[in-house]
Amino acid sequence: MAAPKRLLALALAAPLVLAACSANGGSDNGNDGGSSDLSFSVITHGSAGDAFWDVVQNGAEQAGKDLGVTVDYQSDGDPQKQSQLIDAAVNQKVDGIVVSMANPDALEDSIKAAVKAGIPVVTINSGGDRSAEFGAIGHVGQDEAIAGQGAGQRLKSDGAQKVLCVMHEAGNIGLEQRCDGASQGLGTDVVPLQVDINDLQAAQSTITSQLQSDPSIDAVLTLNSAVAAVAVAAVGDAGSKAKVATFDLNQDVIKGIQDGSIEFAVDQQQYEQGYLPIVMLKLYKENLNTVGGGQPVLTGPGIVDKDNVDQIADLAQKGTR
Amino acid sequence: MLIFTFFAVQSPVFRSVRGVANWLDPASTLGIMAVAVALLMIGGHFDLSAGVMTGTTALTVGIVSTEFGANIWLAIGVALVLALAIGFLNGWLVTRTGLPSFIITLGTFLMLQGLNLGLTKYFTGTVTASGIGSAPGYESAKAVFASTVTFVGSPFRIAILWWVLFTVLATWVLLKTRFGNWVFATGGDEVAARNVGVPARRTTITLFMTTAGAAWFVGTTLAVRLTSVQANAGIGNELIYIVAAVIGGCLLTGGFGSAIGASLGALIFGMAQLGIVYLGWNSDWFYFFLGAMLLLAVLANRLVRRYAEAARR
Repeated sequence: MAAPKRLLALALAAPLVLAACSANGGSDNGNDGGSSDLSFSVITHGSAGDAFWDVVQNGAEQAGKDLGVTVDYQSDGDPQKQSQLIDAAVNQKVDGIVVSMANPDALEDSIKAAVKAGIPVVTINSGGDRSAEFGAIGHVGQDEAIAGQGAGQRLKSDGAQKVLCVMHEAGNIGLEQRCDGASQGLGTDVVPLQVDINDLQAAQSTITSQLQSDPSIDAVLTLNSAVAAVAVAAVGDAGSKAKVATFDLNQDVIKGIQDGSIEFAVDQQQYEQGYLPIVMLKLYKENLNTVGGGQPVLTGPGIVDKDNVDQIADLAQKGTR
Repeated sequence: MLIFTFFAVQSPVFRSVRGVANWLDPASTLGIMAVAVALLMIGGHFDLSAGVMTGTTALTVGIVSTEFGANIWLAIGVALVLALAIGFLNGWLVTRTGLPSFIITLGTFLMLQGLNLGLTKYFTGTVTASGIGSAPGYESAKAVFASTVTFVGSPFRIAILWWVLFTVLATWVLLKTRFGNWVFATGGDEVAARNVGVPARRTTITLFMTTAGAAWFVGTTLAVRLTSVQANAGIGNELIYIVAAVIGGCLLTGGFGSAIGASLGALIFGMAQLGIVYLGWNSDWFYFFLGAMLLLAVLANRLVRRYAEAARR
């Protein structure tokens, strides 16, 4: 009988300890900036462990510290679960909600319910065209099609003729828009390729075999920084001469740009997608200000290449680029 | 109970009526699947394709209703026929070949995953089937699958009602009908069951079709509620159904378990999923919490069963 009792005690105690930690964390946040006791929820569709969203989270939390408001970050890649997280935030009567819209239809009801409950919503990342329709006070993000066009034009001026566009999440409209945009910028259709961000090793061999089977491909455009690194490796494996370009930054991409294995990165500066909405919500709550005048506030595309990569390298190290 | 008390004490929102409606929502669709999966597990088998099948049926509803402009009820019917066919195929292959259901349904799982992506892209040109909300007949489908019922001033999803209904139905079938006896007998010892005249093969196939039917119901709920379905929907959920069934007392070896137990497992899951959010914990830890809960539940089950068996002797 002793063993089960001890287990039970452990089961009860462990969460309590965790709770104590988080309670402390919360009050620290509140004290940094002083006066305000606003609390905002950030709910994204990023899967846990995706470096891109870590930077968004860093941005949101830094804004919380700078402005003295509480910021709670949650994420779930499943649209239904994401909408449930929004419902939960509404129930908690938070003072504002930031939500990324990879799948706007699925979130429509929840976002409208939040707006109806009098909670200001700012949308970020994808879904800018639906934001105002749902009643959000603003959108912060990158227009995916425009960013894709930028990448396509740059590839064209670098001399690319046949571009492989690697999509890493099945079901993310934003990625499709980027590849379509790249086609427009390039003036010719890109070759789409589907891989899974959760299995990069398989992604690498998929890209390798695609390059082997079609040697005329002379450029690979990846839409995520983690995929860029495996694309570089795949180009090596396949013995291909294709250039690699990518969306988004991480350490590997920065190193790749420095050593020339990656041509350039389209940076959407997602730190701002975490930071700015918190500012917007605070301005709205305290002064009824809105930003963007009904148009999305664009955070990109910014192109990072050999010319400016060294300055950005330090910032990326800190998790803000 | 313990988990409810734990979250309820620390979060006033969690114990509010609205909060309850909120965390019953994820529990409900999971619960419908967990009940069916529990029946199958009692019958001695697994279905790894159950998660992706919710995506398959949801996509079918989406594609048939938007790309072919069919009435949504027709699309839902097509999805049901398809789901039952897949379920039959699973069961038939398992009983014919004698291979572990784990392997057979793993094959189905992977095939469906590929079909979901490939066919969705083929028909819609993108990776989502969207615009289901404007299909003819949508409003009545929404009333059945995705409406909300206001109770004590809070909106409760209708799926919760269906979940309760299915749990009661499954419990009745298991405990009061001949078919229920067959399920226990088949899962307990198939050869012995056959020797006493239980149609084990038919029972197994029916159980696979039941699971597929549940996947159809949940998939349809998904499609009607979200009005757009991603090609990767449902993948990964099959293990969560099994976790819920096991937390609820199902044995991995078959022959033991209950539908109510599986529903409780789903309930715990829903509470934990949103409870963590209400407490403001980092949701990165959710799966750790879930794993710990699974281990605790299984250990507790083993203890209880040992005491029960000792008492019987």
